[in-house]
This record gives sequence, C-alpha cells and structure tokens, in this order.
Amino acid sequence: MSDAESPDDDFEPVQVFGDETDMDLRPGSDDCYKCSTCDTNCPVAEVDDEFPGPKFQGPEQWRLKRKEDHDIDDSVMKCSNCMRCDDACPSNVPLSQMHNTARGEYVDEQMDKLSVEYLRNRMLSNYRFFANLGSKVPRLTNFVLGLGVSSWLGEKVMGISSERDMPEFATQTFREWWDERGGAQVENPDKRVAYFHGCYSNYNTPEVGKAMVRVFEEFGYEVMVPPQRCSGTPMFANGMLDDARRAAETNVEEFVAAIGEGADVIASCTSCSMSLRQEYPELFDLHGIDDLAANTYESVEYLRIHEDLEGELEDTEVDFPDVAYHAPCHARNQGLAGQAVEVTESIDGVDAHDVGDSCSGISGTYGWKEENYDTSMKIGEEMFEHMEAADADTGMTECPTCAMQMEHGTGYEIKHPLELLETALVEA
Amino acid sequence: MAIRDDVLVVGGGLAGIAAALAASDHADVRLLSHKQSTLRNASGLIDVLGYPPDAGDEAEPIVDPFDAFGDVPDGHPYERVGSEAVREGLALFDDAVGDAYRGGHTDRNALVPTHGGTVKPTARYPKSAAAGLASDGRDALLVGFASLTDFDAPLAADHLAAAGVPFETRGVTIPFPGDFRDDAKVTRYAHALDRNESLNGTPARTALAEAVEPHLDGEARVGFPAVLGDDDPAGVRASLADTLGADVFEVPMGPPSLPGLRLEDRLYDALDEAGVRVTTGNPAVDVETVDDRIRAVVVNRTGQPVPYHADQVVLATGGLVGKGIDSDRESVREPVFDCHVPHPEDRYDWFEGDAFGDHPFARFGVDVDRDLRPLAADGSIEYENLRAAGSVLGGYDFAAEKSGSGVSLATGYAAGDAAGRAAASGATSDPAAGGTDGATIHGDTQ
Repeated sequence: MSDAESPDDDFEPVQVFGDETDMDLRPGSDDCYKCSTCDTNCPVAEVDDEFPGPKFQGPEQWRLKRKEDHDIDDSVMKCSNCMRCDDACPSNVPLSQMHNTARGEYVDEQMDKLSVEYLRNRMLSNYRFFANLGSKVPRLTNFVLGLGVSSWLGEKVMGISSERDMPEFATQTFREWWDERGGAQVENPDKRVAYFHGCYSNYNTPEVGKAMVRVFEEFGYEVMVPPQRCSGTPMFANGMLDDARRAAETNVEEFVAAIGEGADVIASCTSCSMSLRQEYPELFDLHGIDDLAANTYESVEYLRIHEDLEGELEDTEVDFPDVAYHAPCHARNQGLAGQAVEVTESIDGVDAHDVGDSCSGISGTYGWKEENYDTSMKIGEEMFEHMEAADADTGMTECPTCAMQMEHGTGYEIKHPLELLETALVEA
Repeated sequence: MAIRDDVLVVGGGLAGIAAALAASDHADVRLLSHKQSTLRNASGLIDVLGYPPDAGDEAEPIVDPFDAFGDVPDGHPYERVGSEAVREGLALFDDAVGDAYRGGHTDRNALVPTHGGTVKPTARYPKSAAAGLASDGRDALLVGFASLTDFDAPLAADHLAAAGVPFETRGVTIPFPGDFRDDAKVTRYAHALDRNESLNGTPARTALAEAVEPHLDGEARVGFPAVLGDDDPAGVRASLADTLGADVFEVPMGPPSLPGLRLEDRLYDALDEAGVRVTTGNPAVDVETVDDRIRAVVVNRTGQPVPYHADQVVLATGGLVGKGIDSDRESVREPVFDCHVPHPEDRYDWFEGDAFGDHPFARFGVDVDRDLRPLAADGSIEYENLRAAGSVLGGYDFAAEKSGSGVSLATGYAAGDAAGRAAASGATSDPAAGGTDGATIHGDTQ
C-alpha cells in the first residue's frame, strides 16, 4: 500500500460502511478467499453437472444480488443442505446460512405457490403434520402407503419418488408410551435433561426414544419431555422459513423453560441437534434462542462429556450384531463423526466399522423427490459399497433419513447408537 | 469429565499428523482439528529446504538440504530439532505414504516443474509427477484445458524453456472432452477419469488421449494439470500412456489440489491404522491449567465449552494461512494457548513496502526451546507439557526457503515422539476430577 506510510490516526477503515442494522451476510462474503475447498466437498456438485456448487450459491450469489436486477438462481433448490461446506471452509464463511437465506428468498419471491413442486415441498417439509394424522391410525396408514397404487400416485401427482418405501408408523408413538409409563421414573433436581425427540423417534422409531430415556435414567437423570414441534430441518432445506420459524417459536419457548428448570437439552437425531444449535441462531432472532443453542447436546456426546461413559462400558458384554457405522453429515459438522465407533470400542462382543466419510445422499427430504432420486443414489453409492465391504450385516447411524437410505441401498436393518447403549447398560 | 487421552494433538495438517503418528508408538493419541487441513491447498510436494534461509532473491537452489542445515540461523526450527529429526520425519512420512511418493532414494533435491513453469527443488514428490522431472532430458508436451485457467500450458512451457531446462518443451491448450460446465470443479474431471465415465459415447480416458494425440509430435512424455483421478490416479495415467505411447505425468497445481487431497486421504488412513482417534469440526479455544501444566484443552462446541483432557499436548494449528497465528490491528497472537509470538510493536514494521519483499510477518510464530516447548516473553517455558510443531513456529520463512513440509514433518515427529514418551513414562497423571481454574462448565455435575 503506497499510502501506508502516513496513517491518519483518526481514521478506521470500517468507517466506509454505513450503520447497517439489518442482518447482513457481507462479512461472510468478504471472508471467502475462493480456495474452492467447499466445492470439493459438495456431494451434489460431485455428481450433478447442473449444480454450480456452494461457492457460487453462497458468497458469489450474495455479491450478484447486491444489484437489484438479479434473481436467486433456481439451482439453490438442488442444494441438499448437508452443510458439509460449513465444515470444510477454512475461513468460517457461513455458507449454509447463505444457502438457507437464499433458498428462503427464492421460495418466497420466485416460486409459484400453486405449483405441484411447491405443494409437494411444503408437504414433505411438514412431515410431522401428516405423521401426526397417520399415527392416529397407524395400521391403516401403513397399509395404504404400502399399496403400489399409492406410490404410483405419489410419483405421478406429487413428484415423490416411487422407488422409496414410505416409513412405517409405529403402532404406539413415543409420547403415548411416555404417558403410559407415567413420565419420568427418576426424579433428580440436580441432573435433568429435556428430550427433544423430534418427529421420527416419536412416530416411526419410538425404540430410539425409549432407549434414550432408559439410558439416561440409568445414569440418574430426570428426563423431561416438553411439548415440541419439528426442529425445522426439512423446512430449511425446502426454503419454508416461515413454517420453520413457527415451529422454532414453540420449541424455543418450551425448551428455554426447561433450561430454566436446570435441564440440558438432548436430541437423539443429529439433524435436530444441528438445527437447534446452529440454524436457529443463524436464521431467527427469538428470545432465548442463543441459550437453547448453547445448551443443546447430542445424546451420546452428552454422556461422554458429563459421565464416565467409556468407564461404565468397559466391563460390559453384549449380544449385539456387528455394525457398519455411517456418520451423518450433520453429526460430522458437529464434530461427532468418530464418537459412536469410539464408544463401541469399549463394549465387548460388538464391533463397529466406520464406512467412511461419504454422504448417504438422501439428505432428509431431498432424496424423496422424484427428480433427485438418481442423484441421491449416486451420492450414496460409495457408502453402500463400503457397507457391503464391511464385516457386518447391520447398519448403525444417528440420523433417521440416513438410516432410510442405508436400508434402501443395502437391505440391512439399521440401529441407533442409543439402542446399543441400552443393550449394554440397561439390559445387561 | 470423561474425554481423556495420553496425548492430544491440536491441528490436523502435516505437522499434527506427523506428531500424532510419532506419539502413537508410545501412547494413546487423539488428534483434534477444526476444519479440513490446508493440505488440500498445497501442491502435494514435500519440500525440505530449497533455498538458503535469508539468502535473498539471487540465491541458488540447494542441491542437498542435509549439507545446508549447518547454516540455518539460530531459532530456525531446523536448528531447534537438528537434522536427525528431519530424517526421522521423512522416514515417518515414507512409511505412511508407501509407494505413492518418490524421492526417498537420495538426500538430494529433485527439480519438479510447477504449473507456473517454475522449477521447484523438493525432497519428495507424488509418483504422478515422477515422469515430469526437470532433470530428465526427454522432450515434453504440456497439455492444458481451456476450462482450467489455472494452468496455461504454452506459457508454462515458455517459462520452463527460459529457466534453461535440458529438454525441448511445448504447450497446447485443448478443450476437455465431454460437456462439462465452464466452471466444473477439479474433482469433477478427476472423478470422470476415475470412473472412466462415458463422454458422448467414448470412455473418458480414451476420449482424453484421443484429444491429445494429434498434438503429440514425438515427445516422450506428456504433462497434464494434476486432475488425473482421485481414487485411481495410477490407473488413469497408465490408460493415457498406453494410448499415447508416451509417459504421462501431472504438473502440481494450486488449490484445490488433487495431489494434496490424495495425500490427505493417505495420511488419515495411516492415522486410522495407527489407532489415533480423530475428532474434527470444532475449534480449540482455551485451556484449563493446574500449576504450570495443561490439564485440558477446551473445545468450543457452538458456544458450549467441552474439555478434552490429556497428559501431553502438541500445538500444530498452522501459521497465518492455517489460522494458527492470528493478528488484528494491535498485535499478533497464538489464539488457543495464548503463547507468546514475538513481533514489533509498530504495525508498520510488520511488512515491507515491496509486495514480494522480505516481510517480517512471514517469520512470525511461536518461539520454542530445543524440546519444542513454547517460550514466554521472558524466556520461560509457557507450559511444561506443551510442545509446538509446524507453521505455528516462528523464525523461518517457508515460502521463500521452500521448507514448509520438511519443518512440519521434522518438528511434528520431534514433538510427537517427545510427547508420547513423556506420557508413557507416566511422569504425572491428573486425576480427572478436581477443581478447574480454566473455563467452568455449565451443567458440570461432578
């Protein structure tokens, strides 16, 4: 800098900006030094030549938008919200925040609200609403969804891939079970956790929720199960930010109250914990939202931090199948990719084989869409190969939709790490 | 309070990996890394010492780094650890990468052409670059792709000729076969060649060789930008060489670099085989201490401090690019342990006016003793059980002297080996329970 010799003591470079009060992602754009590390990590860009990649979707698109004459590029809907770009970026550029914001704007301002695509996305992202209806008559729902005609109609009319089997509804939801057992069996004002079970553990895999409750009670925790709505993950991915905000309002209010009663918040689904931790404070400005983000944990992570989990497991022996473990992208982004395998190492009688760092490809609602099905299976190919090669015929993962994809691609039964902990600590 | 290991390495680049591998011979090791390492931004070449430190613009490249270590200035990382650590670090590297690298047959530097057409003195190079050495007398054709603007083959060839290489070289630019986006990612080309994808009906490897063939004029070797495969680079080169009837080599490129990505994969596989636990995704931000020892490194997990306990700690967070050294308008800092970083008081003494001048900031970093323990401003040891390795160290300008990888391997090996031995000898052990005088942790239920 030629003028560097005579700095004016009163001048600060930041003075060239006005006093912006709106949330502005400019600092994120400015931090991007175009190394393209995010692009080499994007599972969609790797297999889809139509997708320009996260560097364009985030910082570059943000710059283009500074001029009023640029719309959001419709390719933003092809981003699966796996958030690997966040984890990759050496400069902490808030890529997924930029993508979520752009997608929200695209849906709000450019998407036809009467189109089948919009309705379908809205339906997929509000899975809980339909799950709630379906779970009232689970056997009938499972029967109807299992009919060939239903999936044919789903694809023809709604664009939901007929290749996929609809998830089965449990005959008793987790919350019904919770009420039936009379709620918490352990009372302890000093050790409380509030369980964010999310939709899937409630409606589809209550055994995961039950395992969480039993394992935490084994460690002497009082479990609370506050009223709650969807974490918002499928809504972010579909740009339905208004729906997500409404759900977040309920969740923040209920769980901040639980935190006030001394509880930490526990999620068993890594996309739920990701959402509460990262996307909530990035996208919404609600009272208490930062407290919720700071006090939310993934279930196994919490026990590792606050209990001597590996010590407790040291002398346990289980009758449990060996598992091919896949770390969901949203676990990876929280720094939890290695923990399930590490914890399993302490237990005798079971081996966990990590199937590597590829993405499963389903990314929640993404792989359910008829137009994404092939891409989704292409992304998942590496994981399927590694699962087949691993010395195990059962899968393990924390994420419900990764589990669907793993089962879909290999036919394996898929377990949650909490189920293994329950076997080792509660049933043994 | 249960996450604990004998040795904790903070940083997932070359120095951190070397430290973790060396320590794993003696103790249980965990490697913590915030983001993906800068290996993927690097050429994939392993430089030990290409030019004498502080020699200025006119310096001649070094023929044998081991003859030059005696001349490095006091405080330079090589002076701190000695040449034996360089040998051990290189041996550890050779062991980890197996047959993917060349150059271990001699102490002397190899001369590898770069994508700018310069010639770089380096100690180890990927097998994919082996047929491209500048000391090889065979004529070479360089091939660039119109959509990969980082490599201008005719310009690189002219540069090489101007540098006086002992062979004839030409460059041509061709379109990459198939209908890729103009801004297709380097990984896109690599994967198409890996999988031998059909490009308009022709397998990718065949299509590429056929596109090059008309330009070949009897040259014995053909150089491409380093995008020839990610999982199966050897297979891709062999297919191309077969069709072309010439040796095929890669020219190392800037970021994102396939040779760097491949090296990263290989080194992380080696960590896995050594039983090192790897935890990525969250930054180390703070430290809990007891007396003059580190008890735990505190990782910031979206606002929540999570302690990782260890008996011995290695700091390998990188330099200015890797963000192991940070600065603002007032000062230069090492942000995790707040180790002292010597630097002039006045910000205007941190750099030279000339863009390519001899900038003091290039040498900023942590000052260490001969056991690689960071030193405070008064010369005392910062923490008894902390050692530092790699570009977080000060006292050398790796870009000017071409010593980045060598320093990372030598100091990584030395720090990891010492940490592993110290942990194994059980000099101390901290009962995990007890008071913390570092961060207090919400919900701590001891």
